[in-house]
Amino acid sequence: MELSPLWISLKIALASTLFTFLFGLLAAWGVTYLRRGKHLVDGLLSIPLVLPPTVVGFLLLIAFGQHSAFGRFLNTVGIRLIFTWQGAVVAAAVISFPVMYRGARGAMEQVDENLIFAARTLGMREFTILRRVVLPAARPGIAAATVLSFARALGEFGATLMVAGNLPGKTQTMSIAVYTAMQGGDRALAFRWVLIIVCFSLTILVLMNVLTDRGYRRKSR
Amino acid sequence: MKLTVDIEKRIGDFHLRSSFSTEGGRLALLGASGCGKTMTLKCIAGIERPDRGRITLGDRVLFDSEQRVNLPARKRQVGYLFQNYALFPNMTVRGNITCAAEDRAYAEQLMERFCLTEVAGQYPAELSGGQSQRTALARMLASKPEVILLDEPFSALDNYMRTRMEHEILDILEEFSGPSVLVTHDRNEAYRLADRIGVMDAGTVVEVQDRQDFFDAPQTVAAARLTGCKNISAIRRQADGSYFATDWGISLSLEEKEVSEEITHVGYRAHYFTFEETADFRGEVNVFSCRLRRVIEDTFSVVVCFTQEKNASESTDALLTWIVGKDAWDAVRGQVEAGSFTLRLHPDRLMLLKEKNSK
Repeated sequence: MELSPLWISLKIALASTLFTFLFGLLAAWGVTYLRRGKHLVDGLLSIPLVLPPTVVGFLLLIAFGQHSAFGRFLNTVGIRLIFTWQGAVVAAAVISFPVMYRGARGAMEQVDENLIFAARTLGMREFTILRRVVLPAARPGIAAATVLSFARALGEFGATLMVAGNLPGKTQTMSIAVYTAMQGGDRALAFRWVLIIVCFSLTILVLMNVLTDRGYRRKSR
Repeated sequence: MKLTVDIEKRIGDFHLRSSFSTEGGRLALLGASGCGKTMTLKCIAGIERPDRGRITLGDRVLFDSEQRVNLPARKRQVGYLFQNYALFPNMTVRGNITCAAEDRAYAEQLMERFCLTEVAGQYPAELSGGQSQRTALARMLASKPEVILLDEPFSALDNYMRTRMEHEILDILEEFSGPSVLVTHDRNEAYRLADRIGVMDAGTVVEVQDRQDFFDAPQTVAAARLTGCKNISAIRRQADGSYFATDWGISLSLEEKEVSEEITHVGYRAHYFTFEETADFRGEVNVFSCRLRRVIEDTFSVVVCFTQEKNASESTDALLTWIVGKDAWDAVRGQVEAGSFTLRLHPDRLMLLKEKNSK
């Protein structure tokens, strides 16, 4: 059995989670400080969650293609995103970004605001407050959001297929491998990939429950 | 150092109009919950932003809506003790106290002073109520504030701890050179901890007085209620120059008192009624017969609720309260519990009150 889809999936999901983690946290932090237009900005940041992945893939294709200024710019600096695994990372990151952003924001908003007020009256700067007060207090929720965002990236299919295609050994991920095997009439292979994905997903969910549970216990100690 | 506050803020239907100043010393803002006490403190600390007004501390302007000054909280040097202490749960006691302190040696000193060295490595969740409060106090002092704000600091403690922590806070406030503002709904706490007391009622600071004056001679109905005055009635001037307490249904003779136009109410403390043996008091003023409604035994006294005999009003304002010491109770118990008795009201004890402060 050719295992490359497993490694490609992991590579893409890990790289994508790195992006969503950083930008998701920053976005979550930034939005809590917005005075105006909070709902609109939140909507824009969350929209990949509700759009069909094919629509996201279509928009990415347009953005990265030769017909857009951005696409030509990428081309001149030597970044190729169409039909590459890097392109799949971008697709997975865009799709899983709202999961991270919304989870992190929820966790940050749960933090007792008096802690933030206290930190301010003590003379801490806003970024110090984020680093030393808000993030540690929101850690269980942020960890859970990260795991979910990883899982979402791992299962990405539609946008990835449109942007990165289905190149065996290059951009064929596990979820695309299931589809390809079925198309090719190889039910046994499809079944094997399904089994692997189910085991993987279950492990991730259990891990997430352990993370949130531990955070809860620490608080109620 | 002088703290001057004159701010307005609207939150939905609620309209906060806080205006007071304190020249060093300890000020207590006393008010029922939801009267805007905490909001006032938050505006001073820079946590909430007033709609209009001005806050100055010494020669620094903390907030001025006209000059468009709104100093961020971290630059105000305002120490704020939160109701739930707001200790950082992910930091040890030492971490909490030193995290924002520029002068670490001073922070360590404070830790020692507050007997926290032994628990320095513990997390807030592992601390007792007293230790939590001491940690919060040390953390606040470590940032070297110029004014101290205390937001109902004892509400999370039991009676015994409260008394002990009051001593500690008094020590700190007496040592502290700047002004302090305590917010509380407990009149006794305000009296014990502050030199001056301001009453807040429905978003407005109605009066700031010396604490003794405040309890002896409250000026408004709200202040009288907050000092624990149980009997308050509206009054009406009668043709013969006497007054009629409309809620109580009792005629009052206030010959020796000067009653200004502004006076709309009178208050009478429940301890000051005296029992009259005889029911034959025709011609005497300020003596009236009473109908018993209820007797409640308290720890050291008996609370007698009654109305004027002929007052048929079912309103709770018509109900008067007389508090008798247990010793005195035994002598009068028989007559009172029979349902009808006579009491004397001493006009020199009457508090003349305004409905609202005219200022």
